[in-house]
Amino acid sequence: MMPRLSVWFVRASMIYLLAGFTLGALMLAQDGISYAPAVMAVLPVHMEFLLVGWLVQLAMGVAFWIFPRFGLPHSRGNETLIWASCLLLNAGILVVALELWIPAVFLIGRILETGAVIIYAAGLWRRVKPHGT
Amino acid sequence: MPTPTRWFIKTSFVYLALALIAGLLLAARSLFGLTALGGLFPVYIHLLVFGWLTQLVFGVVYWMFPKYSAEKPRGSETLGWWTYALLNVGLALRAIAEPVQSVHPNPFAGWTLVVSAAIQFCAGLTFVLNSWNRVREK
Repeated sequence: MMPRLSVWFVRASMIYLLAGFTLGALMLAQDGISYAPAVMAVLPVHMEFLLVGWLVQLAMGVAFWIFPRFGLPHSRGNETLIWASCLLLNAGILVVALELWIPAVFLIGRILETGAVIIYAAGLWRRVKPHGT
Repeated sequence: MPTPTRWFIKTSFVYLALALIAGLLLAARSLFGLTALGGLFPVYIHLLVFGWLTQLVFGVVYWMFPKYSAEKPRGSETLGWWTYALLNVGLALRAIAEPVQSVHPNPFAGWTLVVSAAIQFCAGLTFVLNSWNRVREK
């Protein structure tokens, strides 16, 4: 079974999958019948939700679940770091999405996401190892 | 490996090849000025990211995520097949209609894109419906 943190990563990734698909469907329909040209403005958010929110976040959650573990009791390493990464990543994605209304926040969102990935890599670094070591 | 996973993964390889062929056509368009190949870039991207990558992920998730129950280890196989069908029908319609709509806009191609959009969204929805309860601690 998955650790709680992976459940949060993976379920959040599924929510972003649906949100990204919704925006993509709205844009594709606009290409077809031009019902609301303004909808094409959501393209960057569509890409953000599906590349970072869905694919990157899913990979992070699954890696935390299946990478080789340490001995008990801290079998998956410093979970606090990875929780912080999860929070930062999702905050970053949502802040990047706000660029639709406040373009200046885009950079803040990207900084949060970058921080999330650095913290995640630091937290998982030593679990990239042979099994049983 | 369960049967739906094999279909997801093998089909994803087909889309990977198609995406790379579309990439070659895009390169040829740039080199030789082939205006008839308009509308191909979004198709190339979606063949790659949706047809290959997302389809590969869907197949592996269906196979490897925690079991739903002893009787139904992978949730609903029917929903799994619906996801497969919706993803591939939706993407194929898009791959055909989007370049047509770009070069020769017409109501048939336009409404095909609307139908494709709805079908692709439903593929994501059925995937999430079938996978959500397999993502759990206990």
